Amino acid sequence: MTEAAAGDLSVSIWRGGEDGSFTTYRVPARASQTVLDVVTHVQRHIDPTLSYRFACRVGMCGSCAMTVNGRPRWTCRTHVSKVAEGGKLEIAPLANLPVIKDLAADMSPFFEKWQAAGGAFAPTLTRADPVEPIRPSEPDRVVADAGIECINCGVCYAGCDTVRWNADYVGPAALNRAWTLMNDRRDGAQRERLAAVAADGGCHACHSHQTCQDFCPQSLSPTGAISGLKRMATRAYLRGELKP
Amino acid sequence: MNVRLYLWQRGTAALMAPLVLIHVAVVFYATRQGLSAADILGRTRGSVAWGLFYTAFVAAAAIHAGIGLRTILAEWTPLGARGAALTATAFALLLAGLGARAVIAVVMP
Repeated sequence: MTEAAAGDLSVSIWRGGEDGSFTTYRVPARASQTVLDVVTHVQRHIDPTLSYRFACRVGMCGSCAMTVNGRPRWTCRTHVSKVAEGGKLEIAPLANLPVIKDLAADMSPFFEKWQAAGGAFAPTLTRADPVEPIRPSEPDRVVADAGIECINCGVCYAGCDTVRWNADYVGPAALNRAWTLMNDRRDGAQRERLAAVAADGGCHACHSHQTCQDFCPQSLSPTGAISGLKRMATRAYLRGELKP
Repeated sequence: MNVRLYLWQRGTAALMAPLVLIHVAVVFYATRQGLSAADILGRTRGSVAWGLFYTAFVAAAAIHAGIGLRTILAEWTPLGARGAALTATAFALLLAGLGARAVIAVVMP
């Protein structure tokens, strides 16, 4: 690997598909530079064939997550100065997902599992009905609000040991989403969703390693959401409402 | 792991926690009192209470270990979900059989 000169970063970027390898580039270091800035510099000024994904650049869309020096991060809000080790960066696509090319991971399994865990809201009213008033202070709403800022970046999924070991496990983001909907009284698919998350590969597959809440760029607690689902499903099973 | 297996595993863990403490306390008592094997067997043989205690212990251990091993095999070996379930079930039955044999040897008059 090339040593970084003063004022330069030595940036190793994954090139190719699953069987690709790292290629090292020299990128000028700048003040307040983000990891996404570095990747964009390589694509704009060194190699335009570099593939990666981003949209908003301000931590809202969740599309620019990558593995930076071994840890999944949202690259648009990650300053190089906080993660570069000796002026070096190693940037790879998100783990636990197929690689399309270079830094673009295939998010299909992530969103397929999100749907399998009942991630879609099932309305009980039509647009002709009046809007149902829900106070932010209602206990269920407080619990749901704690998890709804998920931007589906896939960082938790990429950092999860259980996802890596268990191909059937739906992952922290899907379960966090399910938990927010289980606490939304406007939703009409509670029984089906609880059955989905209580089955093999659901919330009970989680080993509570807590990497999801450690890595979550939004500081959410998918671990707490999963624990809530475990309790909810266990109570429903004991009442005979669930037949796994 | 699904909710049914989760409940069985947590339930057997909760059952084993006091059983392990009692078992360890008995081991300490027996060693500190210098009880011989004959002394111990003299107290356990024909005892319905010790028979029920260790039968519950063996059953809980077999179920708990079987479910845990199923998860480990499914996650760490190429056996797959079905292969892991069958192997873990066989292991649980082996544990139950060996445990039952030990309980019978200690409790039956």
